[in-house]
Amino acid sequence: MSDLPPALRATALSRGYGRRWALAGLNLELAAGRSLLVAGPNGAGKTTLLRLLAATLRPTSGSVEVLGKPPAAAREHLGLLSHRTHLYTDLTCLENLRVAARLGGRDLSKDRLGALLERVGLAGRGGTRIRECSAGMRKRLAFARLLEKDPDVVLLDEPYGQLDPRGFDFVDQLIAELASRGRTLVMSTHLVPRAAPLLRSGLLLVDGRPTWVGPAADLPSAMSERLA
Amino acid sequence: MIRPALGVLRKDLKLDLASPGRLAAVVLFSVVTLLLFSFAVGPDTSSLQRNTAGYLWLALTLSSTLALGESFRLEVEDDALEGLLLLPVPPAAIFYGKATANLLFLLALAALLVPLSFGLYGASVRGSFLELAVIIALGTAGLAGPGTLYSAMTARARGSDVMLPLLLFPLVIPVLIASVKATSLVLLGDPMGDRGAWFALVGCFDLVYWTLCGLLFGKVVDA
Amino acid sequence: MRDRENLLGALGLLLLCLGSAWGLFYTPPETKMASVMRIFFIHVPTAWNALLIATFAFALAVGVLFKKSPGKWDAALAATVEVACVYTVMLLIQGSIWGKPTWGTYWDWDPRLTSAAVMGVAFAGVLSLRSFAEGPRRKALWTAVATIIAYVDVPIVYFSVQMTDRTLHQNLSSPTSVSSIYHWPLRANAFALLFIGIWLIIRRARTILLEAEDDAGGSSPAPEATLVAGVEG
Repeated sequence: MSDLPPALRATALSRGYGRRWALAGLNLELAAGRSLLVAGPNGAGKTTLLRLLAATLRPTSGSVEVLGKPPAAAREHLGLLSHRTHLYTDLTCLENLRVAARLGGRDLSKDRLGALLERVGLAGRGGTRIRECSAGMRKRLAFARLLEKDPDVVLLDEPYGQLDPRGFDFVDQLIAELASRGRTLVMSTHLVPRAAPLLRSGLLLVDGRPTWVGPAADLPSAMSERLA
Repeated sequence: MIRPALGVLRKDLKLDLASPGRLAAVVLFSVVTLLLFSFAVGPDTSSLQRNTAGYLWLALTLSSTLALGESFRLEVEDDALEGLLLLPVPPAAIFYGKATANLLFLLALAALLVPLSFGLYGASVRGSFLELAVIIALGTAGLAGPGTLYSAMTARARGSDVMLPLLLFPLVIPVLIASVKATSLVLLGDPMGDRGAWFALVGCFDLVYWTLCGLLFGKVVDA
Repeated sequence: MRDRENLLGALGLLLLCLGSAWGLFYTPPETKMASVMRIFFIHVPTAWNALLIATFAFALAVGVLFKKSPGKWDAALAATVEVACVYTVMLLIQGSIWGKPTWGTYWDWDPRLTSAAVMGVAFAGVLSLRSFAEGPRRKALWTAVATIIAYVDVPIVYFSVQMTDRTLHQNLSSPTSVSSIYHWPLRANAFALLFIGIWLIIRRARTILLEAEDDAGGSSPAPEATLVAGVEG
């Protein structure tokens, strides 16, 4: 029994907008190195959950702990891949990476950053301005930013979005790699059959309410039962 | 704290240089404003000369809202600001980095407008150039500091073009008064040695507001 | 609570009538002042209260910054800023009325008038900012930040204009030494306006709170957390 705090803990986590509860009453504990697949129909609260975990959104009630601390204090150990790319469109791919590396106090060398760009399939695109990049390329760069930071806790909101089939394979490889390196992973996606084999646990949200939890492999059948 | 602030400053300067077209428009606007003043006031050369400081600072103030607004629009475009906060960069560092970048832009703008206004209005410097530089620096700092904070709030607003000036202009009235007075005295001569008090007033304003805004910025960008 | 604050409002109104009547009709005429100067009996208390209420707004704003869920405090802050604005506008109008017959002008750029005008505009700006803030928490924080910044500016404006005034002759300062006969109506009106101000703030805060709750669609408590997503294996 480890006495390390769980990587992520949510207690009665709720976020409301007026009468509507975007996320209602979630209790969650995820140990370090584990992975969680969050599924549910549109508007079920998946993005809300990830934003609450990353503390880019404040809970209406309840609390979040990352590595035993409030998320605002643990931001170095958190990485979020969200719908918004967080990129500066006037800068190039490489420059965006450099900004992130510099502000994070990490190595800025062209080799390191160049290798990251290669890793995400943007080799040779370092000098292209984001403005001239397609949505898929921007998504890949967002991944590069995440890998550059290499945090302990990785939150992915619809990682397959905007990518082509090659990109899908890339995401699958990435998830496998992160898991094997002992990173804690929370991922939301619509592509449940594809992602379920890659992750350990699954959580189904419906209208903001946690409806089912169990092994990720059972998630597809749980969904067809509850969402028919 | 200083390192991230410098990092943000660097990033902002890089952004400014990456697309000069954005800010070229602001520069042109300020030049046109100066011209408008001389047309509006008419060719009374002695009055134009006497009021050079006023026109200069008006042009700077009006242009500042455009520049300040632009600098935050970039952060809001793809939620880049959220990205910065997640890195994590302390909010105060973001403030000081951006405010300094804005200040540097306004200084560059002033460097263009000063000789231009001398040419248009026939003014010249009776006092010392160093003092002129100092008051320009102090005055533009008074615009850049609170302006950066306000632009963070108005960047996403629908009426942002009018909200930022509406908030900023009343606030910087003391800066305007003192900067114009001090600049006037440096340009036209200061027989009674009054200018020290005006320098001090802007200096105080800058000190108070750069500290206050740095402290409050975190609350403005809070989730 | 509802009854109590209306009592305050009624008391304030009564005091205002008393104080104003006293000042207007019963005080002996001051030799230097014309009759129109009697507006002094409402003008000075308005000035005191405008500043007092603005200071109260500043204190509330600081408080809001430290609260986790500032809902009620935000309503109070917004109401206080509004009332401070209203009093400032009243002050400026009274000043104009006084100014024209006395010094021949509706307006002048002396320190008091200028800083009052700036305060009025700045606080009005704070209020217009509210409609651009997304979400109740952001609204509260932004209002507080803007109020603090606006308030700190007012003395600075005052000093900066006063410094320019040094070169002008000082003919616009109101009487600083007031003989004691005038104290009572002044005091009465000062308290009167204070009570009325507090009454306005409470009523307005309540309305703002109701509007906010209405926008939010009522707050039902968060549903019970029934599921625990634990760690497998």
